[in-house]
Amino acid sequence: MVTTTSPSAPRAVRGGQGKPLLSVRDFNVEYRTGAGTTVQAVRGVDLDLYPGESLALVGESGCGKTTFGLGLLRLLPRLGHASGKVTFNRGDGTEIDVLGLDGRDLRQFRWRDAAMVFQGAMNAFNPVLKIRAHMHDTMRAHTKATRKEIEDRAAELLRLVRLEPARVMDCYPHELSGGMRQRVLIAMSLLLEPEVLILDEPTTALDILTQRSIVDVLHEVRERLGFSMIFISHDLSLAAELADRVATMYAGRIVETGGVRDMFYKPRHPYTLGLIKAVPPIVGDLPDLESIPGGPPSLAALPPGCKFNPRCKYATEECKAEDPPLVPVSDQPGDGHEVACIHYKEVHLDRPAPNNELGTAS
Amino acid sequence: MSAMETAPAAEGRTPLMTLAGVSQVFDTKAGPIHAVNQVDLSINPGEVLCLVGESGSGKTTAARMAAGLAKPTNGQVDFDGTDIWSMNRRDFSTFRRSVQYVHQDPYASLNPTRTVQQTLTAPLLKHGVVKGGKAAAARAAELLTKVDLTPPENFLTKYPHQLSGGQRQRASVARALTLDPKIIIADESTSMLDVSIRISVLAMLGRLRDDLGVGFLFITHDLAIAKYFGWHGKTAVMYLGRIVEFGPTPKIINAPTHPYTRALIDAIPEPDPDLTKTKGLGSLRSLEIPSLAHLPPGCSFHPRCPLFEGGLCDGVVPELVEIRSGQSAACHVVARDGADVLRPDPPAT
Repeated sequence: MVTTTSPSAPRAVRGGQGKPLLSVRDFNVEYRTGAGTTVQAVRGVDLDLYPGESLALVGESGCGKTTFGLGLLRLLPRLGHASGKVTFNRGDGTEIDVLGLDGRDLRQFRWRDAAMVFQGAMNAFNPVLKIRAHMHDTMRAHTKATRKEIEDRAAELLRLVRLEPARVMDCYPHELSGGMRQRVLIAMSLLLEPEVLILDEPTTALDILTQRSIVDVLHEVRERLGFSMIFISHDLSLAAELADRVATMYAGRIVETGGVRDMFYKPRHPYTLGLIKAVPPIVGDLPDLESIPGGPPSLAALPPGCKFNPRCKYATEECKAEDPPLVPVSDQPGDGHEVACIHYKEVHLDRPAPNNELGTAS
Repeated sequence: MSAMETAPAAEGRTPLMTLAGVSQVFDTKAGPIHAVNQVDLSINPGEVLCLVGESGSGKTTAARMAAGLAKPTNGQVDFDGTDIWSMNRRDFSTFRRSVQYVHQDPYASLNPTRTVQQTLTAPLLKHGVVKGGKAAAARAAELLTKVDLTPPENFLTKYPHQLSGGQRQRASVARALTLDPKIIIADESTSMLDVSIRISVLAMLGRLRDDLGVGFLFITHDLAIAKYFGWHGKTAVMYLGRIVEFGPTPKIINAPTHPYTRALIDAIPEPDPDLTKTKGLGSLRSLEIPSLAHLPPGCSFHPRCPLFEGGLCDGVVPELVEIRSGQSAACHVVARDGADVLRPDPPAT
């Protein structure tokens, strides 16, 4: 798999040493749903995350995005079980088998190597603790930093996400606005300088201007600190904005992955195409939009063959026979664009070239 | 041709509903909260009026007053030319039947212990629209066809938890249609749906508008959705309880005349990696939304506004004045200098 990190944006990059920072092979997650029955929420995902890269996982709700993110950090609920191989390459050359971690090592891995920003910032805080206590708790649990060091580090990060430390540190979570809470959460996740940050719907449920400020903050801190990120979003616009690389998930599998421009301008999986055609842009004239018929399949009763075939207008009998593997798109060799569809050669986004003219006074 | 392109021109018709200078003030311990302040709106038959704004801007409070669910502290709500709060019981009941509400979360607004058929037949029988259970069931099936839940037999016996999000929202639209409404108030009705389903629900609502001539008060925080659904109608942008800009939807989206609308449109990411790079926060002076309990003096947008001029903007509240034909904005600077001040430079890249 080849990364397509944009070369035009030089940024501080840490960890990995040429190898992928996080390498996921044949990753599966199943949930126990009753006596002896399970559903597979994530099925055979292969993925490489390179240092400094920003990867977006997109798809409808219920396609396994969040489960995948939780599984990577070993945060699955008790009824969930992850299998496969997840290798994390620390900056110092050591390799870590994430799924084999236990006790102390697991605690070390979490937050220090990889941290997560959860959806719904309110629920991620303890409502009876001030922000200061959250910061201190986190640092004390993972380091031997002194009070002064913790205060300084927290203030530095809060300033980085454009918050006034003096104002925020003594607040309870409910005293902050949604956007401020989300920014505090991002600052907290960066306390221990993780090399990978996983963000689950980081801007959902925020107002437009607040959403924009979070996006800008993420651009900025990533530029500064050079971590890699995987962010999970159902919002394609956000993926276009923040990602270097996009992976589309459907029914627990990655069905297409590629550089952000390839994915948006030359999608080759009917599902990615459908998602793009369903999102209304804001500038320009009234667009021609289409929805994808039907809904995602129940994980307990997946259709045979390609899981998208019942909703796909390109589907033929062959699609019902076998679930196609992820293969490189042959007419664009070497750019890391891969698709799991036997009809990908017929799939094209026929849309006029993007009009860069923003609506001005006319 | 999509259903979106066939909206009838509604110019020159008498509005079905008007809100004239309505305000809603909530008394709280922290003092009075002006949730909605001096709002004027009108809805024509078969026309879409989009009400756009961030949370706390008063969209839902305005909609509740339009639906007769809340009585305005000041101002008047007219339906068919009559003040709804001076109507007699019978007229008020007719008004209530003619204006239906579709809520944001269909899981919360549908009764979980009733099947779709029970949900749909209850209002039909209660209001005597049809006589007898058989006729009611037939009508329910017909309504389900209208909202694309076909074949209806598959859905009539289902409980809400057995339906997907999109199907549930369609069922609640079917319920709103039971009493042949003239206006549907859709309050964030598609914001809980997946992107893939949202467009088909909007297309279905667009068809109801065109085929049945239903007027819509369409409330959303998502300007892209307002643009898609309300392209042939009007859009009002609300900020802290007031309408700051009003006009035909394409004008509002492509040539806004209020700095707040401009900021919103510039901030929304695009589903296009190259185009979205031209987006940003611009020169907003602050990200903090003032509290409704302590509104800044003068124009309530002035602490954040890039066009702010001391003495002009923090004195009196600006009136909504026409800037271009059919498009009005409440901004002192734009009213004085014209809308060109909103974009002095070409878009930054």
